Amino acid sequence: MMRSYLKRYRFFLVLLAVNILVAFLYPEIGRKSMDITWDNMLEMLSVIPPIFILLGLLDVWVQKDIMIKLMGEKSGFIGIAIALFMGSAAAGPLYAAFPVAGILLKKGSKLSNVLIFIGAWSTTKIPMLLFEATAMGWQFMAARFLINIPGIFLIAFMTEKLLNSTDRDLIYKNALELE
Amino acid sequence: MFTVILYVIAFGLLLLSFIKDRKKTKMALKKAWKSFENIMPQFLSILIIIGIMLAVLSPSTISMLIGKQSGWWGTLTAAIIGSITLIPGFVAFPLAAALLENGAGIMQIAVFISTLMMVGMVTIPVEIRYFGKKATIARNALAFGFSFIVAVVIGVML
Repeated sequence: MMRSYLKRYRFFLVLLAVNILVAFLYPEIGRKSMDITWDNMLEMLSVIPPIFILLGLLDVWVQKDIMIKLMGEKSGFIGIAIALFMGSAAAGPLYAAFPVAGILLKKGSKLSNVLIFIGAWSTTKIPMLLFEATAMGWQFMAARFLINIPGIFLIAFMTEKLLNSTDRDLIYKNALELE
Repeated sequence: MFTVILYVIAFGLLLLSFIKDRKKTKMALKKAWKSFENIMPQFLSILIIIGIMLAVLSPSTISMLIGKQSGWWGTLTAAIIGSITLIPGFVAFPLAAALLENGAGIMQIAVFISTLMMVGMVTIPVEIRYFGKKATIARNALAFGFSFIVAVVIGVML
């Protein structure tokens, strides 16, 4: 038990040791980095619980055939729209999107739809857009948004095209095992 | 604000689920915890890497590297910095605005923001766990390339 924890967290523990070492050698940088890490940790811990609760509920309540109908191979426009909306309505950093993507794959969503979801999460999140507009001005935000929408589709479809059927099967198999 | 809405939705649905089926709700929470704990070591590692990186790269260093005069090299530098750093949006946009005021170029800032959001070098190990190597590398490479298109369009439009 203890051993497996140590094994899983060893990379983190090494990094923590490095950070402490840095703090001894360069107190200012070490302090600053710890402050930033702490702030980010608080941010992560504040955003992530509801995401994972929704994940758990989705996993238990939404049957695979419903998900396939909504976002699967033959979902067409509806699937794309749902993927875009889900990604844009999200909160939290991109790395929180990957576990969600894992569940979507596990439930039989089309790969390109999951990639659209990732694209939307990364760059057209509604709360972020509002924030961007206040900081950078409306023109900057609008210009970036307009070019990003086709960009998200382009990246999703090209990524899917670059994979052969073995690659794709592997991704779905992997999603089933991830839990 | 948005986080609050997310909490309300999550707990609302959780309550609904609890009323409908206790056993399933318990299972959902168990699954939520399991997938959270599963990814925890990587999340924590990412947070420390970001912390060290941002502590070393100060805004004045960044500004020097990607100023208005820095041209294509500056744009490339900005793209690389954006790809490897991982700054939360509410820090990134004020930072970008400050950099613009301190002499950074609009194209450099556009490519920086775009790569910052779409490309994640530090999170690649996490992404690979869910999407595999090939899809992860393809997505990140395409997003990297696309960010230059964004930069050119914004450079021309604004």
